[in-house]
Amino acid sequence: MKLLKLLAATTAVAALLASPAFAQTRIALVVKSLGNGFFDAANKGAQEAAAELGDVEVIYTGPTAATAEAQIEVVNALIAQQVDAIAISANDPDALVPALQRAMERGIKVISWDSGVAPEGRQLHLNPSDTALIGETIIKLAADYLPEGGDVAILSAASTATNQNAWIEAAKAVLPEKFPNINLVATVYGDDDSVKSTDEAKGLIASYPDLKAIIAPTTVGVVAAAQVVTDQNLIGKINVTGLALPSEFKQFIDNGASQAVALWNPIDLGYSAVMLANALVEGEEAAPGATLSIGRVGEVTLDDTNSAAMAAPFQFDASNIEEFSQIY
Amino acid sequence: MTQSTASHRHLPNRLDNPFKSIVLSWESLLVLVAIGIFILNSMASPYFLNAWSLSDMTFNFTEKALIALAMALLIISGEIDLSVAAIIALASTLMGLALQYGADTPVLIAIGVGTGIACGAFNGFLVTGLKLPSIVVTIGTMSLFRGISFIILGDQSFKGYPASFSWFGQGYVWWVISFELVLFIGFAVVYWALLQRTNFGRRVYAIGSNETAALFSGVRVARTKFILFCLTGAMSGIAAVLLTARLGSTRPSIAEGWELEAITMVVLGGVSILGGAGSIIGVVLAAFIMGLVTFGLGLLNVPGIVMSIFIGALLIVVIALPILWSMWRQRA
Repeated sequence: MKLLKLLAATTAVAALLASPAFAQTRIALVVKSLGNGFFDAANKGAQEAAAELGDVEVIYTGPTAATAEAQIEVVNALIAQQVDAIAISANDPDALVPALQRAMERGIKVISWDSGVAPEGRQLHLNPSDTALIGETIIKLAADYLPEGGDVAILSAASTATNQNAWIEAAKAVLPEKFPNINLVATVYGDDDSVKSTDEAKGLIASYPDLKAIIAPTTVGVVAAAQVVTDQNLIGKINVTGLALPSEFKQFIDNGASQAVALWNPIDLGYSAVMLANALVEGEEAAPGATLSIGRVGEVTLDDTNSAAMAAPFQFDASNIEEFSQIY
Repeated sequence: MTQSTASHRHLPNRLDNPFKSIVLSWESLLVLVAIGIFILNSMASPYFLNAWSLSDMTFNFTEKALIALAMALLIISGEIDLSVAAIIALASTLMGLALQYGADTPVLIAIGVGTGIACGAFNGFLVTGLKLPSIVVTIGTMSLFRGISFIILGDQSFKGYPASFSWFGQGYVWWVISFELVLFIGFAVVYWALLQRTNFGRRVYAIGSNETAALFSGVRVARTKFILFCLTGAMSGIAAVLLTARLGSTRPSIAEGWELEAITMVVLGGVSILGGAGSIIGVVLAAFIMGLVTFGLGLLNVPGIVMSIFIGALLIVVIALPILWSMWRQRA
């Protein structure tokens, strides 16, 4: 009976913690796996949205292992609780579809965010950003600190990386019009490998003596390039920028090898996901072309597949890197 | 004919009191635990006592429990199969591949179950034919089978399974009674009968208790074990059909980590990990208990990591309880 006592005690504690609140909009924020700083930060934003909306409770949940099967168990439990909406960052775009369709059949609003679900399994999808916005941001990060203009080079991931190639194309497209004095001299590929990225960064510095900035739209490349600039005492001469994880990159903002980098802001993402889920619960229609408000972040417009891009990547510099390096 | 009445001495056919042995049996303990968790769940969450909730709950364990049924026999015989989840991945991948060539539902099911049997036979051959230890063999085939899936699929997925196929993983036979649940109960009866009511079942116990003695008693040890590996493979193939139909898609990472969950059910069900003892009723009860616990905690939105701790604690407590009990009785 020891076991029953234990069960009774733990369940009672759990029941107190969960304290089901009725007559309230309940929105479940389902993440790929718990214990991930990125998603904990998203939850922070989600709670902020709930506080702002007032009559909303956010249930932050997800499996321990980042698998589709475990996430389906979580979704089943949420269906049984008759939550009003599910906002999910999916472990698999296809395997979650039948479970989420069942949720929609039972009147639950379903949206995906960050990592999407196939269109038939959700009402809308929120991307953290989109190709054009990322392409423009990576150039702007360099241009903001080059008022006179100058030579810049891109250190990418693999030459076959779909994401990076699309971003670089978008960056090239905005160059002549918006940044006429920025001269892109080369694009090299470090294959998201620290050693190869380091060698490629050294190669760029040797080949282009007038180089003013290295743009690395990959978290591996940006750290390698910043390390090379630091090691070769080029701080202040070459600015390293791109897409970086604040926790990994903080030291290079601190030592001046980089002025600023960018990445998706998980807090805004969680905030916006809850805002959108709440909008659907309140009767807004998710249809191509529809414009929905995401509170303080702005608004989004749905495309043909009911997907929307939240905003340009969020910029980290000396003023906020400390705070975000704690998060992810 | 008259000799049968010659002896008037009372000879009990068992030494312990049957009533007492039932009350103190592992299965009764599991029934108590299951009832206790059921009651606690219904008190803790207002959403628990709902036909659809309970029906949804069964999907959390039926596929793993199907494997656990065959795994129980294998473990009773003193062997183990760690490749069951990888067999699911390979069976699911080959079904997806056949789908690309226009295979229909009956063909897909045949391929799924057939792949399972073939993988099981391969394990069985390595263990009984080449006399390799099953834990080593199946750690190897675990990587091999899933590796083949990764080679075929890479980071892609197969999807577009027909609705008639999806029914096997998502359909209901009657009201809230899913096909998966009916299949599980049906197989539970079959495996119970196989283990408790056939010569084959007695041979499985005999091998697990003392393999050498069984061999000298004329039991075909190798053949029996080979059949058990094929059965485990077949059940994994069936689980692959159900899971693929439920997910509506195939990825090489499908069912990752399920071998340990199936083995947990078997051990929680009272099957000795050293072989020779255990029952199907215990395994079925253990499957329901794991389903009740994970679903009940899920309804309270208890984080997954706490759930894992809970299952671990449950396993240790349930296994330690009878041992502590007998130690306490010996001392008293």
